[in-house]
Amino acid sequence: MASGFVIRKNQYYDSVFLMSVNRRISEVKGIQETAVLMGSPANKQLLLDIGIQNDQINNAQPNDLIVAVLAESSAIVENVLGRLEEWLEAIQENTVALSVRTLEDGLSNKPDANLAVISVPGEYAAREAKKALEAGLNVFLFSDNVPIEDELMLKQFAMERDLLVMGPDCGTSLIGGKGIGFANEVRRGTIGVIGGAGTGLQEFTSQVHNAGSGISHAIGTGSHDLSGKIKGLTTLAALEALEADQQTSVIAIISKPPEAGTLVILLERIKTCKKPVVGCILGIDPGSLSGKPNFQAARTIDEAVRLAVALSNGQPAAPSGGLTPERMATIRKEKQAWSPEQKYLRGIMAGGTFCYQSQQILGEAGISIHSNSPIEAKNRLEHPDRSIEHTIVDMGEDFYMVGKPHPMIDGTMRTRRILAESRDPQMAVLYLDFILGYNASMDPVGELLDAILEAKRLSKQRGGSLTVVASVCGTENDPQVMGLQMKLLHEAGALVFRSNAQASTALCQLLGQG
Amino acid sequence: METSTNKLLTGPVIAVNIGLKSFGASLEQQGVEVVQVDWAPPAGGDQEMMDLLDELM
Amino acid sequence: MDIKQKIEKANEEAAHRLNLGDPVLVDIAPAGEVIPGMEGKMITYSGPPIEWGWMCGAQRGAIIGQVLFEGWAKSVEEATAILDQGKIRLEPNHHHHTVGPMAGTISASAPVWVVENRAFGNRAYCRQVEGNQQFGDYSEGALQGLRLWRDVWAPTLREALHTIGGLELKPIITKALQMGDELHNRHTAASSLFANAMAVAMAQTELQKDKMLWTLKYVTNHELIFLGIAMACGKAIADPAMGIEYSTVVTAMCRNGTEFGLRVSAMGEEWFTAPAPKVDGLYLPGYSEEVAGLDMGDSAITETVGWGAFTIGGAPGILSLVGGTPEEALAYSREMKKITVSSHPTYRLPALGFAGTSIGIDIRKVVQTGITPIIDTAIAHKDPGYPKIGAGLVRAPLECFKKALIAFGRKYDVGK
Repeated sequence: MASGFVIRKNQYYDSVFLMSVNRRISEVKGIQETAVLMGSPANKQLLLDIGIQNDQINNAQPNDLIVAVLAESSAIVENVLGRLEEWLEAIQENTVALSVRTLEDGLSNKPDANLAVISVPGEYAAREAKKALEAGLNVFLFSDNVPIEDELMLKQFAMERDLLVMGPDCGTSLIGGKGIGFANEVRRGTIGVIGGAGTGLQEFTSQVHNAGSGISHAIGTGSHDLSGKIKGLTTLAALEALEADQQTSVIAIISKPPEAGTLVILLERIKTCKKPVVGCILGIDPGSLSGKPNFQAARTIDEAVRLAVALSNGQPAAPSGGLTPERMATIRKEKQAWSPEQKYLRGIMAGGTFCYQSQQILGEAGISIHSNSPIEAKNRLEHPDRSIEHTIVDMGEDFYMVGKPHPMIDGTMRTRRILAESRDPQMAVLYLDFILGYNASMDPVGELLDAILEAKRLSKQRGGSLTVVASVCGTENDPQVMGLQMKLLHEAGALVFRSNAQASTALCQLLGQG
Repeated sequence: METSTNKLLTGPVIAVNIGLKSFGASLEQQGVEVVQVDWAPPAGGDQEMMDLLDELM
Repeated sequence: MDIKQKIEKANEEAAHRLNLGDPVLVDIAPAGEVIPGMEGKMITYSGPPIEWGWMCGAQRGAIIGQVLFEGWAKSVEEATAILDQGKIRLEPNHHHHTVGPMAGTISASAPVWVVENRAFGNRAYCRQVEGNQQFGDYSEGALQGLRLWRDVWAPTLREALHTIGGLELKPIITKALQMGDELHNRHTAASSLFANAMAVAMAQTELQKDKMLWTLKYVTNHELIFLGIAMACGKAIADPAMGIEYSTVVTAMCRNGTEFGLRVSAMGEEWFTAPAPKVDGLYLPGYSEEVAGLDMGDSAITETVGWGAFTIGGAPGILSLVGGTPEEALAYSREMKKITVSSHPTYRLPALGFAGTSIGIDIRKVVQTGITPIIDTAIAHKDPGYPKIGAGLVRAPLECFKKALIAFGRKYDVGK
């Protein structure tokens, strides 16, 4: 054991500062005892108590600084005392950010706020949304698992105040050209759209942009808005808002089938709307919607886009381009390369709407599809992990979302499913959707590429050939590099389409007879 | 009649983001004025306290 | 008016009363002379009510010291025996409009600071602040400090104080907060200003020169002398805010080394307690966390009225107590804004852009945000017989606030 001390004459430091210096020195390895004190009588007694005494120390004055250490070795003592200046330097400053922890804090920070974007766990979401509405803010409510009674309460509360509740379970909105949640970078224009299905809105808005037109606003309503309990409160409020909006000349609605009574209310309201309305209600027979005043029914999102763009341009709708001769040729070639056992489609979707729309398009072509999110109950998979014949899985469905990120953000779960399916020699077609835009993965294709190539390799090894079909939802202005995503897919030998409906049409050809 | 909803549409959007940081970041990326709330369950998620506070605050 | 509105209105009233506080030092007198209910063989102590048998080591040591100081026993063994036999009445300081630092023990012949709140006419009391007996040291040296205060310093100061007719404390507190004091562990400026005033006062008395000089030396060298006065001020300012129906504002926070206790305006004299927390601190040479006692003292009355750690943003020197930075100090002060109902009009902090100190802790906001009041404090040894061993930061336990909220809800028939 070794000891040593240093005395600095006439260097006054405040006792509190010295205590912190003392602590830092005592943390040095090998230090057994430290004292950093001014030379007052009481302090000199303290030093004596820990065994440090010396004439010099005895003679120290109250304004002298004494630094004394006991350590395992004299080397340590010398090292520590040699760096005295360092110890006496002021502590390094690190900035501690002022935390904004509640909605109230947020509002003090931004008193002009007009929108609360809420993505807290479902059991707390209604409480936060209500506070936001009370403070006069519109609400974008991404949270799901919000009790339906709370949703009703929120929407009625909002209605009294002329505020919008977009959600719960709303993934997408575009207000004034600004994307909220999962949204694409899309040109401004005069087409307004309302939708309860996030990826449906993304698909519609992207395609409007890709067709050269633009979006005034896209208003998400949440997936339960058209249920019998809620009766379309947000859909109706959005309709009214878009009707009054100067920018909007056409209004589109994209949704899954509303409850019967709600559909009646909706169509009644559309009748008196001052602007023309185009609707794509997936899963419903469009024939049942024909002849409704001021309402054009589209069978697919793509068709809704064509109708809306035409209305917006004041021109007749472009014809729906079927598959080109080149595509048809490619499809024939793909089919010829399959081995005799290859028969089935496996679709592994990130977009819930795409899972639905694909089922509808294939169903209309007489091809029965199993799913964890089936249009018809009889086609429900017994277990979401076990595909049956033609299967399209929605990987964003509740079962796959417990404690896991959404497939739009993270490709891990889809990768796993691709590899699982690749062990099935009966798989002939693998269909994957890729969704670009804000908050989505920055490289959705790249994340799945290895699995796609592995699946193709395994199929080849078995003497067959796996057909990969891909649809990409997004615009060239999205944060991801669209060109690169497309290139990767082409290089992997995939048949790439810019819409889910088009890809599904190709699937019909692939799976159909002949 | 200018409603609060219409004011939102005529814009600009000024947002308070409560929850996922990425949502706030993507708004910022698009030049939207947004404040991030580092939210935690009120009363540490204690249901009894939350119920009481609902009545008292 | 629904209950939320009643609560808001009541809290406004509580804040109003706290902000009106106008403390004046009117006397320094033996406790038996001025503290209501102090009579016979009785010792008051810091913190919420606790039995002798459950007191922590340091508080036991201080109580023994107080017994010896009063001459009720001649040895530690004798003192312990009469305490065990229940022959000494023991009561919390707070039950007698009084506060005391660390173990906070007060008995009849111990002189206490007497502060009057001119806004409401009420008075509060606090014992002297020193570095030994209040930490549980009952040695001769420790007791000698108590005797000198009783026999020399306090009577001298009393004489001086009477000569000038009392000392207004608001100007001293205002200035001190702007000079880097936080009025709990850092009183350098306030004590200086106090010493200046008392020096002038003493010079005007007919006292003997040697007593005056001795007292001057004591006063000018005691950097924490103002703590005792500040604590009495805090108590005098907070007491008028007690008992306001529907108010959720905290009127007292105190600890006895075993439990932490708080009182809420609407709930009157009821205590809401939780186990005393550990202090996160720095230690004097020879001591460490292993031998530290738990949070102790009535000095949290300073935080109760918005001083102490609440103003730490303006007293960054103190932050080095736990290795923090000036930025963290500012962050603490800003944090406290979130759990209080008002800003003081007069006590302002330059470091926070001259914002007023945050005053009026609202138990609802504490429970909702999970932000508990921060307190900076000295640390005693866990065993009797030792002086001060360190200092640090501690948070009031959330449990007290939850208990208080439940009781509040029950009183006004709210919640399931």
